[in-house]
Amino acid sequence: MLEIKNLVVQIEDKRILNGLNLTVNNGEVAAIMGPNGSGKSTLSYVIAGKEDYEVLDGEILLDGQNVLEMEPDARAAAGIFLAFQYPLEIPGVASMTFLKAALNAQRKARGEDELTTPDFIKRVNAAATQLEIPKDMLKRALNVGFSGGEKKRMEILQMALLQPTFCILDETDSGLDIDALRIVSEGVNALRSPDRSFLVITHYQRLLNHIVPDTVHVMSAGRIVKSGGKELALELEANGYADYRESEAA
Amino acid sequence: MPAVQETIDQVRSIDVDQYKYGFETEVEMEKAPKGLSEDVIRFISAKKGEPEWMLQWRLDAYKRWLTMREPNWARVSYDKVDYNDIYYYAAPKKNPAPKSLDEVDPEILKTYEKLGIPLREQEILAGVEPQNRVAVDAVFDSVSVATTFKEELKKAGVIFMPISEAIREYPDLVKQYLGSVVPVTDNFFATLNSAVFTDGSFVYIPPGVRCPMELSTYFRINEKNTGQFERTLIIADKGSYVSYLEGCTAPKRDENQLHAAVVELIALDDAEIKYSTVQNWYPGDSEGRGGIYNFVTKRGDCRGKNSVITWTQVETGSAITWKYPSCILRGDNSRGEFYSIAVSNGKQQVDSGTKMIHLGKNTTSRIISKGIAAGKSDNTYRGLVSAHRKATGARNFTNCDSLLIGNECGAHTVPYIESKNATAVFEHEATTSKISEDQMFYCQQRGLSEEEATALIVNGFVKDVLQQLPMEFAVEAQKLISISLEGSVG
Repeated sequence: MLEIKNLVVQIEDKRILNGLNLTVNNGEVAAIMGPNGSGKSTLSYVIAGKEDYEVLDGEILLDGQNVLEMEPDARAAAGIFLAFQYPLEIPGVASMTFLKAALNAQRKARGEDELTTPDFIKRVNAAATQLEIPKDMLKRALNVGFSGGEKKRMEILQMALLQPTFCILDETDSGLDIDALRIVSEGVNALRSPDRSFLVITHYQRLLNHIVPDTVHVMSAGRIVKSGGKELALELEANGYADYRESEAA
Repeated sequence: MPAVQETIDQVRSIDVDQYKYGFETEVEMEKAPKGLSEDVIRFISAKKGEPEWMLQWRLDAYKRWLTMREPNWARVSYDKVDYNDIYYYAAPKKNPAPKSLDEVDPEILKTYEKLGIPLREQEILAGVEPQNRVAVDAVFDSVSVATTFKEELKKAGVIFMPISEAIREYPDLVKQYLGSVVPVTDNFFATLNSAVFTDGSFVYIPPGVRCPMELSTYFRINEKNTGQFERTLIIADKGSYVSYLEGCTAPKRDENQLHAAVVELIALDDAEIKYSTVQNWYPGDSEGRGGIYNFVTKRGDCRGKNSVITWTQVETGSAITWKYPSCILRGDNSRGEFYSIAVSNGKQQVDSGTKMIHLGKNTTSRIISKGIAAGKSDNTYRGLVSAHRKATGARNFTNCDSLLIGNECGAHTVPYIESKNATAVFEHEATTSKISEDQMFYCQQRGLSEEEATALIVNGFVKDVLQQLPMEFAVEAQKLISISLEGSVG
C-alpha cells in the first residue's frame, strides 16, 4: 500500500506539487490523468527518488515506511518500480547483463541469494516470450537503437522480472502503435495481483481500455482535484480537462 | 615491486670490488651513491657480468643522455625530477620493507581483498621481507609451477628469461635486436633506460613456433624483482606467435617514484605478437602526493611481411603516465593494433596513445582508445598515424572515446594524422561523453547502487577493448577498473 500525505515539492524554486494526497491500496490499479504540466511526471520521479526535487513537506509511505529517506536503489529494492516515459540508453551493456545486475543487486539488498545463471535465463526467457521480445534484442545494448515500442516492452520486461510491489507507469502508451499497446498492456495485466499495486499515468483514455483501472484521479496544479471510478476517465475523454484547468486558475 | 631487491642483493654481495668503484663500504647502508656517472654504469655492468660491447652500449647511451632534455610537450605537470638525487642501484629506502602485512598500508590491503587475492600472494605483492617469502613460495609452490612452464617452453624452443641472463647466454641475438626498434638515442627516458636498465624480460620464439602458453612476467616476478628501469625485448621469428602479459592486477608496493621502461617488439615475416599490459602502480594519495611517474617507451616493429603486432593496455595506476605503445609497419601487408583503456581518478595525469607508422605497402592499423576521467584528473589521448611516400594502400581506423565522471576532470584528444601517399585511407572517430544523471537515476531505479551503476556504465564503455584481453585477465581488469573509480561519484 502506498500513501502520499500532503506532498509539497519544488524544483528550482518552482512549486510543482501542492499538498498532494493519494492512497493506492494493495492490488489496486490507480490511474492518474491530467493536463500537461499538472505535475504527473514529477510525482512519479519523487516517488522513485530522483534528485533535483526538493520535498518541502509531506511523506510517502510504502507499507508504512517513509521512502523519502531512502536512496533510489533502496526504494527499488523495497519494491518501487518506475517504467520510464523515456527509457535511458546504456551503451555497451547488453540488456541481459543489465537485467541480471539489477535483479541480483535487489536480491542482495533484500538479503536474498543471487540467482544462478540458468535460473535467471529461464525467468528472462519466459517473460520475454510473453512480451514478444526476440532473444537477439536481449543481447543488444540496453535501449540503444531500440524503437519506441521496443523500449517500452523492455521496461515491462524489467518490471516482470523484478517483481515490484508498487509499479508506476509514466505515459507508457506514448509512442506506441496499436499492436505494441496491446502487447504492453497484456504484459501489465498479467502482472496484476492482490499484492501488487499500480499507478498508471496517462493523458489518454485509450490506455485505460486495455489496462482497466480501479480508480481514476484527476491531477491539476500539483494536487488531486477529483477521484472516481473508471467511468471518470470516459467523462474526461468526452469533456477534456477544461473544468479542471479553471480550478487551477481559481 | 621494489625493483631494487636485486640491487640490494648486489650491493650486499660487494666486498673488495666496491673500493675499486668508489662505493661506500658500509654494506648495511644498502645504497650506492646517489646520481649517475660512468663509474656507476661500469659497476652495474660488471655486476651483471656483461660483455664489453654491452658496457660500451650503456656508456654511449649515458653520454648521449647528458646532452638531452626532458620532453615537455605532454599535457602533464609535475615537480622537476632531480636525476642526480636518485639511487640507480640500491633501494632509496625511506622505510624498511614491512615485516608483515600489519605494516602495509591498509588501503592497499583493502584493494587486495576486493580483488580476491590470497593472503600469501598479498605478502609478495606488498613486498614483505624475504625471510617470510620463503614460506610464501612453499604455499604457492611457485618454484614447481615455474619449472613446469620452463620445461614446456624449452621443448618448444622458446627462450624466456631475464634479459641480464640473455645478454650472457644469447649475446648474438641480443646484440642483433637490442636497440633496433627503440634506438639508444630515441628519447630522454629511453636513453636513460639504455644506460642504466637493471633487468627485464627477453623472449625469442623460433621460426614457425606457436608459443604454447601466454607468457607472463607474473611468473617471473616471484623469482626476481624487475627493475624500475625495466628493459624488455621480444622477438617473434618467421611464422611464429606469442602472447605476452605484463604486470598483474594488484597494486604493487614500490618505493621508486620514477619508472622509465623500454619495451621492444620485433615481428618477422608472418609472425604475430600480442602484448597486453595491466598497469596499476600507486597513483598517489587524494591530494596527488606520492605516486609513480611512469615514463615508458614501447614500440613494436612489424619488420617482416604479413606480420602483426597488437598492444592492449589497461592503465589505472601511476600519478603521471607518459606512454605511447607504437607500431612501425615496415613489412608489406603488416598490421598494427592498439587497444587502450586509461582510467584516471584523484589527481592522476595521463598522456597516452599510440603511433602507427605506415612504411610498407598495404599496411593496416587500428586504434581503439577509451579514456575515463574522474575526480580531478586529466586524461589525454595523443596519437600519430602517418603514411610515408611508399606506403601505398595504407589504411587506418581510429576510434577515441572519452568518458567524464564528475565536473572537475578533463579529457583531451590530440590526434596527429600525416599522409604522404595519396592512396592512404585514414579514418578518425572521436566522442566525449559524460555519465548523465538521468542514466545514473535509471540504473539506481532498477536497484543498482551508485557505484554499481558507474561500474556497469563504464564497463559498457570499455567493452570493445576488454574483449581484446585474454579471458582471465579481462575479468580481473574489469574489477580493477571498478575499484579505481570507487568514490568518484556522489
